[in-house]
Amino acid sequence: MKSKLKVFLKGIIDVSPLMIPVVPFGLIFGVLAIDVGFTSIETMAMSLIIFGGASQIVLLQLFSGGASSLVIISSVGAVNSRHLLYGAVVSEHLSDLKLIWKIIISYFLIDQAFAISNEYLKKNKDHNRYFHLVGGGATCWVIWQSTTFLGIILGAAIPEKLGLSFAVPLTFLALLVNDFRKFINVIVIIISGLVATFGYNYIPFKAYVIVAALAGLFTAMILTRKNKKA
Amino acid sequence: MSNWALILYCGLITYLTRFSMIALIKKEMFNDRIREILSFVPSAIFPAIIFPAIFINDIGLIKIDDNPKILAAIIAMFIGIFSRSIIATIFSGLASYWFLIFVV
Repeated sequence: MKSKLKVFLKGIIDVSPLMIPVVPFGLIFGVLAIDVGFTSIETMAMSLIIFGGASQIVLLQLFSGGASSLVIISSVGAVNSRHLLYGAVVSEHLSDLKLIWKIIISYFLIDQAFAISNEYLKKNKDHNRYFHLVGGGATCWVIWQSTTFLGIILGAAIPEKLGLSFAVPLTFLALLVNDFRKFINVIVIIISGLVATFGYNYIPFKAYVIVAALAGLFTAMILTRKNKKA
Repeated sequence: MSNWALILYCGLITYLTRFSMIALIKKEMFNDRIREILSFVPSAIFPAIIFPAIFINDIGLIKIDDNPKILAAIIAMFIGIFSRSIIATIFSGLASYWFLIFVV
């Protein structure tokens, strides 16, 4: 049986390449949060409490646009609904664990850690295999907290002219690179994007993120159903 | 609602989406159809953040003419499709954007 430490270290090594884009993402978050009007402590607390890049950026985006708290919270929930899928997929590997470990691992169930540990969990049946997920998640945690901190400090030094906020859509674009190759995904992307853009001023309460996402999912439902009949 | 309450609620809902399935799920609750639909969640949500950030300007209007973000995003998208690299996508987009606003 592999030692817990060994599996933990394997998780760190496996997740490392995925940490490269997290660095600019964390910096950008720190810079923007201060820019939008959060204090340094609130910004740091967001990274510690929420610990989710996409959620935190959506929070900033809607907050700066003057959305109500209810809309912000439900949009964050919508962005997070992908975690339901991650949880469902890894849960079968974690079912024997004590509740305390489930509580700890849930905090670390982020995109990057899921991506690498899902592969590992499928291939390894070792009892300690869940430490791989903890290793990947903890690595990302350290990077995310330290780059948030750096972003807070650097914020004032980065000129607004650079337009760093443009890195936000670019980061999300980058997370979709594999989906651009799939026909149904491309249609879903276009529908959601158009609904958000044209609904931006007309959908009340800045709920355009939720409305666009539902339109996209509905499109996916219809297209995948047709696919099966054919 | 205060900023602190907002942060706490957003943290809570983020944590619950991660925890709920790990803690509660029985395998049979998720059939293949639901899994298939959930796999489209990133494609359905991220464009709702990407598109307005590119096409809508500071005062909330759709801007197509004289908007360097559009071309920069298209370049980044193609680099992303061919390289499949997250980091190359982000940096090619930023580099094109800076080239367009500072050089051209």
